Amino acid sequence: MDTELNAQPSLLQEDSQNAELAVVVRGLHVYYGARLVLDNISLDVEQKQVTALIGPSGCGKSTLLRCFNRLNDLIDDCHVQGQVRLFKRNIYHPDEDVVTLRRQVGMVFQRPNPFPKSIFDNVAYGVRLQHKLGARELREVVRWSLKAAALWDEVKDRLSESALKLSSGQQQRLVIARALAVKPSVLLLDEPASNLDPISMLKLEELITELKSRYTIIIVTHNMQQAARVSDHTAFIDQGRLIEVSDTRSLFTHPKQKQTEDYITGRYG
Amino acid sequence: MSLKLNQHISREFNAELERIRSQVLRMGGLVEAQLVHAVQALREGDSELADEVLKADQRINQLEVEIDAECTEIVALRQPAASDLRLIMGVIKTISDLERIGDEAKRVAKMADSDLAGHLPEHMSMEINYMADLARGMLHDVLDAFARLDADDALKIAQRDRQVDLKYESITRQLITYMVQDAKSIPTALAIMWAVRSLERIGDRSQNIAEHLIYLVRGEDVRHVPLDDLLQSANPRKTR
Ligand SMILES: Nc1ncnc2c1ncn2[C@@H]1O[C@H](COP(=O)(O)OP(=O)(O)OP(=O)(O)O)[C@@H](O)[C@H]1O
Ligand SMILES: [Mg+2]
Repeated sequence: MDTELNAQPSLLQEDSQNAELAVVVRGLHVYYGARLVLDNISLDVEQKQVTALIGPSGCGKSTLLRCFNRLNDLIDDCHVQGQVRLFKRNIYHPDEDVVTLRRQVGMVFQRPNPFPKSIFDNVAYGVRLQHKLGARELREVVRWSLKAAALWDEVKDRLSESALKLSSGQQQRLVIARALAVKPSVLLLDEPASNLDPISMLKLEELITELKSRYTIIIVTHNMQQAARVSDHTAFIDQGRLIEVSDTRSLFTHPKQKQTEDYITGRYG
Repeated sequence: MSLKLNQHISREFNAELERIRSQVLRMGGLVEAQLVHAVQALREGDSELADEVLKADQRINQLEVEIDAECTEIVALRQPAASDLRLIMGVIKTISDLERIGDEAKRVAKMADSDLAGHLPEHMSMEINYMADLARGMLHDVLDAFARLDADDALKIAQRDRQVDLKYESITRQLITYMVQDAKSIPTALAIMWAVRSLERIGDRSQNIAEHLIYLVRGEDVRHVPLDDLLQSANPRKTR
């Protein structure tokens, strides 16, 4: 750590109060065609912490996640304005290498999307693209990832079977394993527990808590208790606006905004 | 942020919270009646009334258990957050203070059983009466504030505990003087001492309830914060 600090003194001085921020969003607007779906979002995401995004369906949570790895670029009429900085680097800069970006910022989608390949190959896929690993090392990475995603015990004897044969809860854990395998520095999880039984869900939450010593995690969830359990910070979004962001404890015990209060206590606004 | 119990999407939840609120008020009403009867029994040496107070205490304990169980159920089944959670926590603490106030009333009533009850020096009787009115007034008003979920009122009520404490000190001083002057007055004086000690605690507990109320309405924990500081911060908050 120290050597790193010494190596880049100027950089640190310049942005020293933001040293622990992984993602900085400033004045972000996102349009689908002419429709504004994210309205002037500014948000700081702390490094090696879990940040939860909560808000009603259609408020723009998935859209916001997709801004962090520029997946919105793939959507035809989607326009993004404003700044997203990842570890101080403006990721919307023309020189940004999107392939590297997406390796650095891993994503687990709202609907599990395993490739039509074997369980093993699903997890190994990204790793193979990145590194030349020996068969043993590769097996080790796959095993670690599946264990971390709490899937190993269920699939260890059928690694060569098609991933499409897995149940949807298993598929969800599989895509989590796939995202972990490439060791991203930021992990975006879009409703990762929506198909999980309560035990797998708790295991996943446990995993998230473990992972945060190494990764920055941003999780979208509709489960308020889950957000409360796993996250350090919570951001509440409503109709494309960031209504309130604060540490999870205070947001769930005494939110500042009435809109937040109404949402988390199940009141109509 | 004003607190509304009846705006949840789940109407059943609205009803549950409303029910808890009204049960707390019922329990509070019973406790207040206990206090009134206990003081009356003490002053008039009415041991029948004192017996009634002792018996009625069971009903209060039972209500505490019932409300407690309902709160636990809500926590388990509804997983309340924010103001709902604070309400439940506040209720759990409030009913525990109410139950203890009931116990203090019982202690006062027990003094009525002793020989000296009804033979209090006139002056002492008035003093006790005055102090009981202060304590009872706090309890009554804090229950009223609870019914309206009014944190501003609660803050004012919390401050009144100071007056109860002052009265307690002055009665204690007088009792000591009696005891010093006349050894025969010691049993009576000690009994009165017990009773006013209970009244003083009722003031403390009413102040606790006021603080729980402030917490559940505003979300700030004001226990152990000097009241003057609170008053200063109370005014700007009102404008929100
Ligand atoms: N590809 C798209 N083209 C046009 N509109 C879109 C597109 N994707 C999303 N939207 C719209 O943008 C808004 C935000 O959608 P988004 O998927 O970000 O919401 P969300 O908060 O993730 O909702 P949910 O909780 O249901 O997943 C919605 O109104 C949605 O209809
Ligand atoms: Mg979504």
